[in-house]
Amino acid sequence: MTTNIPTRVEAAAIDVEGLTIGFPRSKTPVVFDVSLSVQPGEVLGIVGESGCGKTTLGLGLLAYTRPGLEILGGSVRIGDVDLVGLPVKRLREFRGNAVSYVPQDPASALNPALRIGVQLRETLQAHPGGMTSGEDVSARVNEVLEEVSLPVDRTLRSYPHQLSGGQQQRVAIAMAVVCRPRLIVMDEPTTGLDVSTQRQILRTVRRLNDEYNCAVVYVSHDLPVVAEIADRVLVMYAGRVVEQGPAGHVLIAPSHPYSVGLLKAAPSLDHAQRLVGISGNPPRPGAWPAGCSFADRCSRVTPECRESVPDLVGDREVGVRCLHPIPPTTNAASVGIPAAPPAATPAVAPVLEVTGLRANYGSSAVLHNLAFTIDAGSTLAIVGESGSGKTTLARCLSGLHTDWTGTVSYGQQSLAAAPSNRTVDQRRSIQYVFQNPYGALNPRKSTAEILEAPLLEFRKDLSRSQRRELVAQALSDVSLGTAFLDRYPFQLSGGERQRVAIGRALILEPDLLICDEVTAALDLSVQAAIVEQLRKVQDQRGVSILFITHNLAVVRSIADSCLVLSKGKIVERGTVEKVLNDPQDPYTIGLLRDVPRLGDALQRPSRDNAVRHSYVPPPRPEGPPQDR
Amino acid sequence: MPLSDKRQSKTAKAPHRGIRRNLHDALGTGRGQFGFALVALVVLVAVVGPFVAPHSAVEFTTAPYASPGGRNGFLGGDTLGRDVFSRVLHGGWVLLLLAATATLAGVVVGAMLAVVAAYRGGWVETLIMRGVDVGLAVPQMVLALLLVSVSGASLWLVVFAVASSQGPQVARVMYSSTQDIVERDYVKVARMWGTPSLKVVRREVLPNLMSPLMVDAGIRLSFSIIIVAGLAFLGFGRQPPAADWGVMINENRLGLLTNPWGVIAPAILLILLAIGANTFTDAIARTTLSESQSEPEPTADTAVPSE
Repeated sequence: MTTNIPTRVEAAAIDVEGLTIGFPRSKTPVVFDVSLSVQPGEVLGIVGESGCGKTTLGLGLLAYTRPGLEILGGSVRIGDVDLVGLPVKRLREFRGNAVSYVPQDPASALNPALRIGVQLRETLQAHPGGMTSGEDVSARVNEVLEEVSLPVDRTLRSYPHQLSGGQQQRVAIAMAVVCRPRLIVMDEPTTGLDVSTQRQILRTVRRLNDEYNCAVVYVSHDLPVVAEIADRVLVMYAGRVVEQGPAGHVLIAPSHPYSVGLLKAAPSLDHAQRLVGISGNPPRPGAWPAGCSFADRCSRVTPECRESVPDLVGDREVGVRCLHPIPPTTNAASVGIPAAPPAATPAVAPVLEVTGLRANYGSSAVLHNLAFTIDAGSTLAIVGESGSGKTTLARCLSGLHTDWTGTVSYGQQSLAAAPSNRTVDQRRSIQYVFQNPYGALNPRKSTAEILEAPLLEFRKDLSRSQRRELVAQALSDVSLGTAFLDRYPFQLSGGERQRVAIGRALILEPDLLICDEVTAALDLSVQAAIVEQLRKVQDQRGVSILFITHNLAVVRSIADSCLVLSKGKIVERGTVEKVLNDPQDPYTIGLLRDVPRLGDALQRPSRDNAVRHSYVPPPRPEGPPQDR
Repeated sequence: MPLSDKRQSKTAKAPHRGIRRNLHDALGTGRGQFGFALVALVVLVAVVGPFVAPHSAVEFTTAPYASPGGRNGFLGGDTLGRDVFSRVLHGGWVLLLLAATATLAGVVVGAMLAVVAAYRGGWVETLIMRGVDVGLAVPQMVLALLLVSVSGASLWLVVFAVASSQGPQVARVMYSSTQDIVERDYVKVARMWGTPSLKVVRREVLPNLMSPLMVDAGIRLSFSIIIVAGLAFLGFGRQPPAADWGVMINENRLGLLTNPWGVIAPAILLILLAIGANTFTDAIARTTLSESQSEPEPTADTAVPSE
């Protein structure tokens, strides 16, 4: 591969050449032959599904690998020094000082036993050549906390558990920039945060990136987020770079079929579209095919694709690893994003009617006087940030939370709070799918046993063979083959687990399916498949769905009507079109504004203009950040 | 998929379930084999010993503290001139039986209390767990001694004393494991369905407790062996002239310089047994941990090396 760097005046912040990371004994690569460079002041987004080597590559930029992996070849240059092969002692001078890392989960990266102030000071003092004078250190710590928009005095005294998730992430970012590194690697830093918190974090990153003129590598599976922050994007698939280029190019009109697949799976806030997941899973390390790794999932595949791995055509600025790339003239519309599905027919009777619902946790009120109805056969989305009470609402309806008053009418009857006081039919008719597919299935049971359990509970009239038939039916309803019957949860991927959980709920033929953030823990491509699955099930069975989410873009793709919940109150309601196109409440307007959009990638001037645009942070509301 | 290819294919080949899979996996490791071999060796000595011993346990065959060799027997004579080798062979099985019974009783009762406390919550939980705390406050050996000294030495009392000193320990460990399990969503689903508590516990909770329970039972077993032997040493277990490893250590310690084997032989067997039981349970614990049945990261990047 030829490199075109001579046109650049400034030296790259990091220069990676042919980096290969894998298992040392079998030489099985996890990341293979990756070359990239990031300029000072540039944000490089690394995208791809789970298991494609994004995180491994991100850590590799610090010449670090997870236990069990090793750097098998290539170089990671910062300035004139190649980090690969440096003794650990010398590496430490670079890590933190020249390259730093922001982990996905700040809660586990901060020491719970030390105050934030101590941890920040420690970071500064730990590095050789770092500051030694106490005053210098304190001054720098205060400065950096201000830079990440945290109240200085209070934060210094706090322990990590006294901060919200967003504040913890700010502290992690402060820790990463405190030594003024040349490169910051961020691994999904906003996954698990609310949109508004995410927005603030992204702005902070962008501002720091400008102020320090440091390079940022931003690893994420969430394309709209990357669109909002990245100048350049690198798409990873099965350990290889399959496409790279300016964000406006890769995220709007990509050339590689995999990039197109990722785009089709990303829900859009602005127009309803059918989400299309990428079928299948990425090949696992050690099981990479001889030809193009994406061949098995690709619609443009031809026999020669399977013969050898295509070269990355192009240079470090724009490149694609595909024999049949999509021509660059094609715009997003002709890439084949399907149009919106026909709206569901207006339903007649409400399946559930809620009036005056108030819920408490101990002495604190969580829900205040909610009233709404769910129409039969329709999908109602409940949108809100964490802490808005949306999960509590779901738990009240399902009987998991019993401390509430008000009336919930199901059909002609009103529902009791505790499941034991509900009739068998009521318990059967309302089913719940949980957010975390990893905790929802009993690890000691096979898929067949998991799906059979509800039948043993509610359908005692069935014979064993009838049950078996229903189990097989449920499995195919959620697009899983009979091969899955004997598998245990730990043999399933996140998306497959969530399908089993949905199947377990559907096997009882419920009237109402409560889906509590069912896609929040999943990749966008898997989310798309699950959302489509739910739509299909609704079309076939006419089941009503209560879809709880913090992700407004998904709402557009699945729901008929929508409730916006804030601090336990309904602030906005109506059809999805009305709420998303013409929001009335300031809270909804704020939420909508904060959602990252793919189109953001177009609004940023390209790095090719040698002049860096000056970024003026938009006015931020004063007061403590509402990270919770 | 968060797990390596190896694990997948292995499990596909050997579709053991639950604790059987753990035992199977544990025996596949060097650590597990070593521990199992030690335990098997000592159990073999204790069980087969009485049938192959050259003399009876109470027969006078030689002079007190006679040196090993020749007609003094393989390990020499004990304090009264009985054959140490024969007494070692005779003296194990009652001790093991007592320890095993006591452990089983302690583990079953302790685990039941723990599951009830964690599942029911409320005042039941407070009552049970504060009771457990009281039990934990009393040193195990002292509690056993106290119970035995009240009504004299009877073997059933030894079992009861050891079991009741182990129960709270088991309950404390199992309580935290159970608390973790009952908060899982699959348990919530079953509760939401209105499944009777006993069924939820049997189907959803207990299978997930078996691995920690096995590990804890192994640790408890080695403690029980030490306590039962300790009680015998102090004169509260089996009474002389019965052959018992604890009794032997006590009665032969005066001749430690003349014929040390009367002390060393039973002590070595006890030590081997304790080490074996601990190593084996450690192997189970490790395979359970690596099973990552709790909440694995949803990325293949976190896979363990697939070699």
